[in-house]
Amino acid sequence: MLKNISNLGDAALYCDFGIQVNKATNLEVIKYFNTIREKKIKGINNLTPSYNKLIISFDLRVTNFSEIKNKIENLDTTIVQNKNNKKIEVPVCCEGNFALDKNRLEKKLNISFQEILTKFFDKEYFCYMTGFIAGMPFLGDIDENLKTQRLETPRVKVPQGSVGITEQFANIYTFDSPGGWNIIGNTPLKVFDDSKERNPNLINPGDTIIFKKISRQEYESSNDK
Amino acid sequence: MRVAMTSNYFEILRGGINTTFQDKGRENLYHIGIPFSGVMDNRNFLLANKLVGNHLSAPVIEFAYQGPHLRYTGDQLNFVITGDVIFKIKKNDYEIDGDCYHSYHLENGDEINIISTNKSVYGYFAIGSEIDLKFQWNSCSINTKANIGSNNGKKLDSGQKINLLKINSDKTLKKVNYINSKIENIRVIKGTNFDYFSDEGKKIFFEKEFIVSKLSDRMGMRLEGPKIENIVNTNIKSEGLVKGVIQVPADGNPIIMLSDHGTVGGYPKIGVVVSVDYDRLVQLAPGSKVKFQEIELSDAETLFKLYEMETKNLLNQI
Repeated sequence: MLKNISNLGDAALYCDFGIQVNKATNLEVIKYFNTIREKKIKGINNLTPSYNKLIISFDLRVTNFSEIKNKIENLDTTIVQNKNNKKIEVPVCCEGNFALDKNRLEKKLNISFQEILTKFFDKEYFCYMTGFIAGMPFLGDIDENLKTQRLETPRVKVPQGSVGITEQFANIYTFDSPGGWNIIGNTPLKVFDDSKERNPNLINPGDTIIFKKISRQEYESSNDK
Repeated sequence: MRVAMTSNYFEILRGGINTTFQDKGRENLYHIGIPFSGVMDNRNFLLANKLVGNHLSAPVIEFAYQGPHLRYTGDQLNFVITGDVIFKIKKNDYEIDGDCYHSYHLENGDEINIISTNKSVYGYFAIGSEIDLKFQWNSCSINTKANIGSNNGKKLDSGQKINLLKINSDKTLKKVNYINSKIENIRVIKGTNFDYFSDEGKKIFFEKEFIVSKLSDRMGMRLEGPKIENIVNTNIKSEGLVKGVIQVPADGNPIIMLSDHGTVGGYPKIGVVVSVDYDRLVQLAPGSKVKFQEIELSDAETLFKLYEMETKNLLNQI
């Protein structure tokens, strides 16, 4: 449930859906996100859903905090269904230098990399949000035994396609980017495609992701590479 | 049938430090991870377009510190440079120092050398012509981190050409008297994690001086100063960011989110710079000293309205 609305500066609303980070809370966030998008409220120029928050940015030349707050508080969210959620298979190669943090994870988690991969590929994942860099999906939840902190010193450049884990989440780096997640493999799949302006993201909030382990050979012969 | 108009173009003899095409930026894409981008200093962008008779949201060339050196080939057109910028115009056999906020005629063979911004960061070069550019999500704005926008999302470099499509027919020269004011006190509204910081940390934030670091770019402005102590948690669950948010990571040094910022972030937000101060904030060069000053939402809204009126008045003078 939407618990509280406050202002984030003078041109955004900060909508708090509670401290619990789980699928139910996130689905509530996504419901508000979809409803507001559909209503096309004048002045709103950006929406950023995350695990348990929704940031609503608006054009201060057109409207203001109290106007938009009033509209959100009186929003009927019962009409819009969470729709079009897809199930997407993402191939990942975890061989050789794709698994940048193999040794670190074995040490931190105290289990073999084989076991790590078994646990990782065994689950289905839910997409909570996308962002940070264009199209990067934040997925969860990973197996309890795989939970680990970010790197103490983030990498300056994580290669595009890298699949990483941290805390209860997994992600995919859609571009070469700085980052501190533990990298277990790399996908040849194009997760962000800016030639598709209408829907450049392969994975969207609410979607289900299944990771499929592939060999180096399969990786190299993939169409997206 | 449209006649191919490759006869009017600029050659880039030197790209400059960070020269990009920008316009008003992109909306409604935060949720897929794409920031606004767009010009850093909106007022100087609007003035530049008005001074060459373009529509106000037309693409301009934004440069930082050292700008480009360009040679023009084609029919007469107008151009202008806005900001606080030192530049030269080279005609056949003489060279003049250019004035900002004055539009000039440019003839075949002329050169513009944008030497540097003066005690500021960004300047704008507007051309009285339609430019041949690729638009993505209704904007030409180049985001070099995600390679989005015109020029394949890359900054302009020497050897490249800027092709013009249709030169504005009105070539009246225009000018406006305007001096960019400097900002020392940045006004902020308390952030959503303000209480993550110790009483001493909060006091430091509003009372001490911070220095703009060299590690500042279109994504963010890093500040250095006394460490702001966090007593709750140096990480939060990743959530949305907006322009002007001041995050304080574990090292205690604030980072202000600017136009190309990452759309989500996991560091506590101590404050948000108010909209009225954004144009002047981005012009703070590395080494500048700044202080933060708390302001209420209603005052921020009023000040922004006044700033917008002032901008409109300036535009009406042109």
